[in-house]
Amino acid sequence: MSVIVILILASLSIAGTFLLGFVWAVRSGQYEDTETPSMRILMEPLRQQSESKIISKNNRLE
Amino acid sequence: MIVHDLLNENGLDQFYDLSRHPGVKMPAPGRSGRWDYLDDPVVRGKLLDFDDGKLCRLRLHLPAIHCVACVWLLENLFRLNPGIGATKVNFPRREISLAFYSEKIALSGVVGLLASIGYEPRLTLGELEKKPQETLRRKYWLQLGIAGFGFGNIMLMSLPLYIGLDSFSGPMFRLIFGYLSLLLALPIVFYSASDYWRSAFLSFRQRRMTLDVPIAAGLAALYVQSAYEIVGRVGDGYLDSLAGLVFFLLCGRVFQFRAQERLSFDRDYKCFFPLSTTRLGSAGEESVSLSNLAVGDRLVVRNSELLPADCRLHAGDACIDYSFVTGESEPVSKAAGDYLYAGGQQRGGGITVEIVKPVSQSYLISLWDHEAFRKERHNTFNSLTNRFSRWFTRAVVLVALGVALYWIACGNTGRGLKAFTSVLIVACPCALALAAPFTLGTAHRALAAIQVFLRNVQVLERLAQVDTIVFDKTGTLTMADASEVSFIGFKAAGQNETDLTSREKGWVAGLARQSTHPHSSRIHRWMGIANPAAPVGRFAEIPGCGVEGCQDGVCVRLGSRQWLETQGIVIPEQTIPAGSVVYFAVDGVCRGVFVLANRLRPEARGMLSDLGRSYELALLSGDNARERERFRELFGDRAGLQFNQSPLDKLGFIKGLQDSGKVVMMVGDGLNDAGALRQSDVGVAVVENVGAFSPASDIIMDAGKVAGLTDVLRIARQSVKIIHLSFGLSIMYNVVGVTFAAAGVLSPLIAAILMPLSSVSVVAFACGMTNRAARPLRSFVTECP
Repeated sequence: MSVIVILILASLSIAGTFLLGFVWAVRSGQYEDTETPSMRILMEPLRQQSESKIISKNNRLE
Repeated sequence: MIVHDLLNENGLDQFYDLSRHPGVKMPAPGRSGRWDYLDDPVVRGKLLDFDDGKLCRLRLHLPAIHCVACVWLLENLFRLNPGIGATKVNFPRREISLAFYSEKIALSGVVGLLASIGYEPRLTLGELEKKPQETLRRKYWLQLGIAGFGFGNIMLMSLPLYIGLDSFSGPMFRLIFGYLSLLLALPIVFYSASDYWRSAFLSFRQRRMTLDVPIAAGLAALYVQSAYEIVGRVGDGYLDSLAGLVFFLLCGRVFQFRAQERLSFDRDYKCFFPLSTTRLGSAGEESVSLSNLAVGDRLVVRNSELLPADCRLHAGDACIDYSFVTGESEPVSKAAGDYLYAGGQQRGGGITVEIVKPVSQSYLISLWDHEAFRKERHNTFNSLTNRFSRWFTRAVVLVALGVALYWIACGNTGRGLKAFTSVLIVACPCALALAAPFTLGTAHRALAAIQVFLRNVQVLERLAQVDTIVFDKTGTLTMADASEVSFIGFKAAGQNETDLTSREKGWVAGLARQSTHPHSSRIHRWMGIANPAAPVGRFAEIPGCGVEGCQDGVCVRLGSRQWLETQGIVIPEQTIPAGSVVYFAVDGVCRGVFVLANRLRPEARGMLSDLGRSYELALLSGDNARERERFRELFGDRAGLQFNQSPLDKLGFIKGLQDSGKVVMMVGDGLNDAGALRQSDVGVAVVENVGAFSPASDIIMDAGKVAGLTDVLRIARQSVKIIHLSFGLSIMYNVVGVTFAAAGVLSPLIAAILMPLSSVSVVAFACGMTNRAARPLRSFVTECP
């Protein structure tokens, strides 16, 4: 049964890493604006699309 | 594609062309050198958040941000100019944080670039003030996270103890788990709950009984009792309850805090004035920052620009619109040498003025020296929770002491002490402290969805007590820019028609189009003739009188009665409805009169009659009494109607009402209402564009949704009722708990079940009921913000 002690310590240290991750996330400002990132996720394909359009436009011009 | 379409629509498709050639400078629209004042070291230093000589960072407020495409375009700003580094948009606050290399691009260039793609930053005097830091929000999240961490892990270790671990494992685990829990609870008690200690200590010192006092007492009792039990090996302690309590309390606080951000409610005149103005220097026109203006400087003020300081008109036809400052709806014409007050807006051509008083001493700003602005607002306000907690705290202390004395008198000192701490623990008003934040926070959110933004949740409590509502007229009940135009023709000799002929309509439209006077533009808009056929010859605009011109060989005049009479035109007597009048004469014969009445907001009539049933109404207007009859009919006979009110008069009127025991809500829009909004118990600022300038207030609401006021008041009253019910519910739990505690038989298990159960059920009750109360609002929502 004393293996529980090791397990408890292991679980606490894992939880502790997550806590540190949370502290880092808050400190680095990730909780300051929770709305814009949800918009940003929509942008990656749009950006590629527009770039490919620009390239095709360039090609046409050439 | 969506982005492309949107950019196309907004005339931003040049972005696509430009991004092929990064580094091409955008041609700045409008006057060149418009942003030059930004490179002034003082202004620059105040605007920049960071500057190391090479890399600069700043945050700018861009009111034009409104969709995903804006975010995308702005975050790709670096493609337009190599001098710009990373940009990051904060959508809810319409803010952009931007880095740029000062060697490659000047601050004026950055702002010019933003302006040229349609995102002109709002640069007002207020932006120069220190920007609020984000530390508070970070602290709240950190405290919540740490409490959650402790709560989860302590729960993990308490559960085996409840279900009887001892039977197969011996006392070792009990010891290890106990000490670990004690350790895990330390950051909760000393970091997460630190605000409660501080607040309880403060209220104790000020001899006020806020709810934080019993909370702090409960927390202290929980920790000390638990530590005693664990170290002394007499029990398991209540650390799980402690952690859960702090965690739930902090959840409530974050919930409340999230509801009340975004808008600035503390704006003063500084946010109304622009950062710069055009000065007439020795080398011609130059842009200067407002802080560099001195008495005697000559300024050029163009159409729709603001007068930044009290000045004297030097040259040009001034037609000053003071509607935002005084509430007068009519622009006033001024002649050279006349005194002009700061805050007025020029309508018409450019004028030259000379500054008479420094910006900081102008008439408008002196309003902010009034005592109403100096005192901290409503700090004496007794919130519902605080009133309630006063007797609650006393009751708890009395019960705890009484129980302890009873057991000691019975000769059982140990049990007496245990009962004392148990009562403090179980009566810890967690659910009580959660009821108000969750109810008000939910109501707050529901209101934000219909574009009604509250300064903080306490506003709702005050709203529920309002018994008198005072309205401003211009811009609040009437629309600022729209008016109803009607034409009344006169029967003159030799004419049968009183209506305008189509030829005459063309003349009026043609003449009105030539002038920028608001009356002219309203008449022109009403005529609906965009391009009149007849050219206007010999056009003349006589300030304060009217306009004249020749069309199709006849002389056409539009103007005031006095002016036409001095021109020898006879004006027949006829009753004319209320409103501003513009007479129309053709070849010396008066043909009729245009009546321009302020257009009432369409929903105002219904709202006033609804509110009139349960509230006392009053009208305060800076405008003249011309429309008294019309408003008398709207407001009913009992209402007080006051016209020609200066900003200070308005403030005084509100104060008078308050002195006679009324709780006053003021609804207004302009700077002229700022004093009244401030003095009132609840100040409601009505704005055309939420996020644009509004005077300091408690509530900001969209002008188009003024009718929602009835809903706002109803929800406020219901919320307060729901809070009362929640209090009742939580008291019930407390009575059950205290019964156990007084008997001295409170086991950690009962505490661990009772406390979260009461918190969760009270929160569920409060949120559910408030959402139900707010449900009718949803049909009201027509667009997402």
